[in-house]
Amino acid sequence: MGLNPIRHVLDNGVTVIAKANHTTPAVSLLVGVRAGAYADAADREGTAALCARVLDRGTVTRPAGVIADDLDGRGASLSVIAGRHQMAISATCLSDDFAAVLTLTADIARHPAFADTEVNTRRADLITSIRQDEDNPAPMAVDAFAHALYGTHPYARKVRGTVASVESIRREDLVRFYQKGFQPHAVTVVVVGDIAEDAAVAAIGKAFGDWTSGGDKPSGLSGSGAAIVPDPVAPAERRLVTVPMMNKAQADIAYGFVGIRRSHPDYIAYSVMNNALGQYAIGGRLGDSIRERQGMAYYVFSSLDASLGAGPFTIRAGVSADNVERAIASIDSELAAVLQSGFTAQEIDESKSYLVGSLPRQLETNAAIASFLLNADFFDLGLDYDVRLPGLVQAVTLDAANDAARQLLDPARATIAVAGPWNPDAAATQSHR
Amino acid sequence: MSGLQRVPEVRETVLDNGLKVLVQEVHTAPLASVWCWYKVGSKDETPGVTGVSHWVEHMNFKGTRNIPRDQVKGIIEKFGGSWNGYTWIDQTTYLETASKDALDRMLFIEAERMDACLYDPADCESERTVIISELQGGENDPEQLLDIEVTAAAFKVHPYHHPTIGWLSDLQTMTREDLYGHYRRYYVPANATIVVVGDVDTDDVLKRVAAQFGGIAAGSRPARVRQVEPEQQAERRVVLRKEGTTAYWKAVFHAPAFADEAFFPLLVADAVLNGAAGLNIWSGGGVSRPQRSARLYRALVDGGLASSVGGGLMPTEHPYLYSLSVSVAEGRPLAAVEEVVLKEVERLQRDGITPAEFAKVQAQLRARFVYDGDSVTDIAHQLGYFETIGSWRAYHELRARLEAVTLEAAHAAAVKYLTPANRTIGWFEPITGPGA
Repeated sequence: MGLNPIRHVLDNGVTVIAKANHTTPAVSLLVGVRAGAYADAADREGTAALCARVLDRGTVTRPAGVIADDLDGRGASLSVIAGRHQMAISATCLSDDFAAVLTLTADIARHPAFADTEVNTRRADLITSIRQDEDNPAPMAVDAFAHALYGTHPYARKVRGTVASVESIRREDLVRFYQKGFQPHAVTVVVVGDIAEDAAVAAIGKAFGDWTSGGDKPSGLSGSGAAIVPDPVAPAERRLVTVPMMNKAQADIAYGFVGIRRSHPDYIAYSVMNNALGQYAIGGRLGDSIRERQGMAYYVFSSLDASLGAGPFTIRAGVSADNVERAIASIDSELAAVLQSGFTAQEIDESKSYLVGSLPRQLETNAAIASFLLNADFFDLGLDYDVRLPGLVQAVTLDAANDAARQLLDPARATIAVAGPWNPDAAATQSHR
Repeated sequence: MSGLQRVPEVRETVLDNGLKVLVQEVHTAPLASVWCWYKVGSKDETPGVTGVSHWVEHMNFKGTRNIPRDQVKGIIEKFGGSWNGYTWIDQTTYLETASKDALDRMLFIEAERMDACLYDPADCESERTVIISELQGGENDPEQLLDIEVTAAAFKVHPYHHPTIGWLSDLQTMTREDLYGHYRRYYVPANATIVVVGDVDTDDVLKRVAAQFGGIAAGSRPARVRQVEPEQQAERRVVLRKEGTTAYWKAVFHAPAFADEAFFPLLVADAVLNGAAGLNIWSGGGVSRPQRSARLYRALVDGGLASSVGGGLMPTEHPYLYSLSVSVAEGRPLAAVEEVVLKEVERLQRDGITPAEFAKVQAQLRARFVYDGDSVTDIAHQLGYFETIGSWRAYHELRARLEAVTLEAAHAAAVKYLTPANRTIGWFEPITGPGA
């Protein structure tokens, strides 16, 4: 069984994936573009993020107000997000409105105007949101962590940029970014919902089929269209950075390591390990220790961000300032215990059952199916990835999960960032702000 | 297709002990969602024990007579399921969504939760600090701080005054007996509704529910809150000056309860100001609000004064609040934002709504109601949620109540509710201080 979607590549290189789902009279449309913040110019961090904010604010033939009226009049929602390696235009509408919303979405993807007034307004919006983050220990801890962990590697940079870098982004930067990245062969359009699959493919063909490639090939893309990301140099020793925010009620900790690429042969074993360590049943082993047994935090969890390059493996916790040292020591000792004795067979079996069993639930809504299919396409996982995934998870052995832990988790090489009302002896730390 | 929606069949049954059971078959994926709802929320709390409902919710994940503490959280995840719970002003709820094969497990957990939670004193203590950590995490967010202050200022009498998480001093002093007493009083079949939606057979579900819950003693229906908030006589203001980077503006107006005939007219008026938000407080329909052509968005965000603006009218049992919330753009004054918002509100009251706007927001709300029921989890949430504030049947009446709203009624609701004397305005003014 499985999702069994249709995949079709148009003559101009646009990939189309369609899956019918008639549960509700609605359709989700997802246009993925292989261009993200990774392609931002060195002194223009935030270009992709700003491009995403301006992209749907007017095309050559439709002013922003007309687009807004059209979408709002149908109760349709459309948003554009920028990630490190991808941008996505995502729309949801009633099935009766699909043709009109598709026409609009294609126009937004193909003919954005980048009007100066819109660039100026959205730049100010983005700066406000960066300022909001600067007042929030959670993103500050994560940013300081990435900066300390990756050093000069591009993954140290922020997708949304800094106030200074965003202030310097001009319309020409957006146009240049767009022209490089938005090429037909870098685009995958996914349609999931209350529409027949062949009708969806035909409609996408009509909306995107006559899009011709611009002159220059997107830079930094390999044959398969994926950016080539250099390997980061993993820190050889432990380090702690702090962002004192003495007006805050609680501190956020980000603790972790350089992780792996999505294409790593043992990716699934790492995922199972991550689930057992910091996800299963509210935070896995870490949650059991720090939240359940010690009552120290409302949240503690781990995450594995495997992308085209080796993204971070991060443990996060929010604790009171008095408990920062204790929480870090607890993470250290949980990792040490895993390194020394490994997980139990039961832990790994439970995590595997969870990862297999959660798949139908994760593929219930149109939007979730669309994003699963886009991800499978982006990482070349195959159209039948939903069918193969359970077997891949089941094949992970206890030894493989323990090996993944041993490869990754070494408290002596951990990078740790703390943001919040905590300012330890300055001599022992470097300050980062 | 969207014009002809069949009302789905929901079977309502009441067990002898008073437990209400709602079942709806949805056969699109091999899943089942189970929600157990209790008519108890922060409005049912008295001074000194604010936050008890939410803390009780936490304690009800800590082991029961027949489920060891360390298995409560894994019991559903082994089946790939998700589980959660929340407490708000009118209700407390627990859910599991998993493979339909796990139905019995899900029902078993909820039956245990209703009658057999342990409240081990050591667990109560260790959870105290977890909850205080949750409160302090919330306080890191200036918007949440402002929301708590403004809500407390708007309600003098009604217990909607205090936040669901509770006041810190109550969280520091509450005892195990406070928690356990609250649990025994409200967690009885007569005060609960179990909702099952998914790839199930209704008769089979009813048999299983009766087997799991039938033996629980009925208990008595708890007393209900009697306080009524007196009509507000004058505008109230709260100005928070704290370290921060961004200014926030907020206004709340006393608003009709969900059952009130003015609720939908005000919902339409909100959609004119902010775009339609739908009525699913669990998932929010999973899609962003269509608001770029809405009046306040155009005036504030396109006008460069704000980075975001939103309106909120929640379906509640008693009259709650309609809110307008603005994140002020870098460097723009709060007073300028306030002037523009109030001018738009006055324009709505003076000139009303155009027929084109009215048709637009009706279409938006119709679409939102479709998105609101996007999954078995969401459908089960909506049925149970509306049951806690009146009746689950209201979920099937949303569309009819919306269609019954006239342009004049929406205008009249704006005139009646969005008045100066009915509002509380809050400012969060960031100041630069040491370390900021």
